[in-house]
Amino acid sequence: MSELVEKSRSSEEFLKGLWKENPVFVAVLGMCPALAVTNTAMNGLAMGLATTFVLLSSSILVSSLKSVIPKQVRITAYVIIIATFVTVVDFGLAAISPAIHKELGAFIALIVVNCLILGRQEAFASKNTIGLSVLDALGMSAGFTFAMLCISIPREILGSGTLFNMPLFGESFEPWVIMILPPGGFFMLGFLLLGFNWYAQKRKERNLIKQN
Amino acid sequence: MDTEQQHIEISELTPEKEPSSLKLVLALGIAGLLSGIILVATYTYTAPIIKANKEAAMKRAIFKVLPNCASYSALKLTNGKLEEKVPDADNKKEEDKEELLVYSGFNEDKELIGFAIPGSEPGFQDIIGVIFGYNATGKIIIGFEVLESKETPGLGDKIFKDADFQTNFTALAVEPEIISVKKGEKQNPNEVESITGATISSKAIVKLLNKTMLIWQEAIDKYIKENNLNMAQKDE
Repeated sequence: MSELVEKSRSSEEFLKGLWKENPVFVAVLGMCPALAVTNTAMNGLAMGLATTFVLLSSSILVSSLKSVIPKQVRITAYVIIIATFVTVVDFGLAAISPAIHKELGAFIALIVVNCLILGRQEAFASKNTIGLSVLDALGMSAGFTFAMLCISIPREILGSGTLFNMPLFGESFEPWVIMILPPGGFFMLGFLLLGFNWYAQKRKERNLIKQN
Repeated sequence: MDTEQQHIEISELTPEKEPSSLKLVLALGIAGLLSGIILVATYTYTAPIIKANKEAAMKRAIFKVLPNCASYSALKLTNGKLEEKVPDADNKKEEDKEELLVYSGFNEDKELIGFAIPGSEPGFQDIIGVIFGYNATGKIIIGFEVLESKETPGLGDKIFKDADFQTNFTALAVEPEIISVKKGEKQNPNEVESITGATISSKAIVKLLNKTMLIWQEAIDKYIKENNLNMAQKDE
């Protein structure tokens, strides 16, 4: 019995980040990268993966060190851990793919202050086992990457007429330049948040009717 | 069950003993130390790869702006004269110095075909860094490549994405001074057609080319005369 409960808890911790507690669409965290680097699908994906690496490694470290870190200095310790991994990503990306590193520029360094990551350490990793923290981190980063792709794919298609740099339309397509400029980011995010909330409300109403 | 519940409640209510400041400082100190070690290790591992990447990018750019280029060597400017740059044995020294460098390109018959000249200039958002190929006999620019730019995507980034703008730099005369004109109005060989919607970025490129040529032209002419170098004739 308890095994079953354990199992459902694990899948719950993973799945909540994807949908119910999606960091971008529900918690509205990590707005800086969600608006700034989502002008091409490749950038969105790279940002999502970089954040995944940082969140996963920090969660593992924080949850395994939770008994060693004194409570009074825990936030500082988390920031040190996060900043270390962000710098590792920064160097790593510059070595592996200089082109993407150039595109993402300062936004890699800004992962340090992404409240999504610090928030997961404080709210989850510091209180749960390593296993659950890993699942939580994976779920949250998958949700974040999913959101980054949701914003960046339509922006790239409409704004440059390409997807992952492959041209989709013929010569006659006139790109909507505004979609890859900053206002396009706000438009896209606004539309997605609208859709998400509309759907959530619909479901709530349906449940109410069912209950009655 | 009841006693257990009470026990938990009591332990939650009694305030935890404050750890000594020494312990806190120690904890953060150790965290900082470990973090430092990890960063140093990553840096030592990635620094040579990053450097090699940069060099490869520079090499690609030089070959692109100097068509038919087979080999090149770096020249530095000292007191208005161009000198062959001897590769420093001490690599660290090299990185510290901000040197003005040009690259002379040679074709397969070891004939000089031109110079690849890097330059930079503030654009719309940030410094634009470019490298361009210069043919000293015809006094024309024969190739152009943007190395660094944060120009607006969709507008200013056409300086390196728009094929039409690139055709400005296949035979652009540098004398008299290069000027920018509106799209479709190019009449003289020293005119650059601007990009519609990205006037500032286009003008920054023109300014950059003029400024950089001012620095190098005299030195390059002198260098060719002194070394009796013959420019390879273009088969055009």
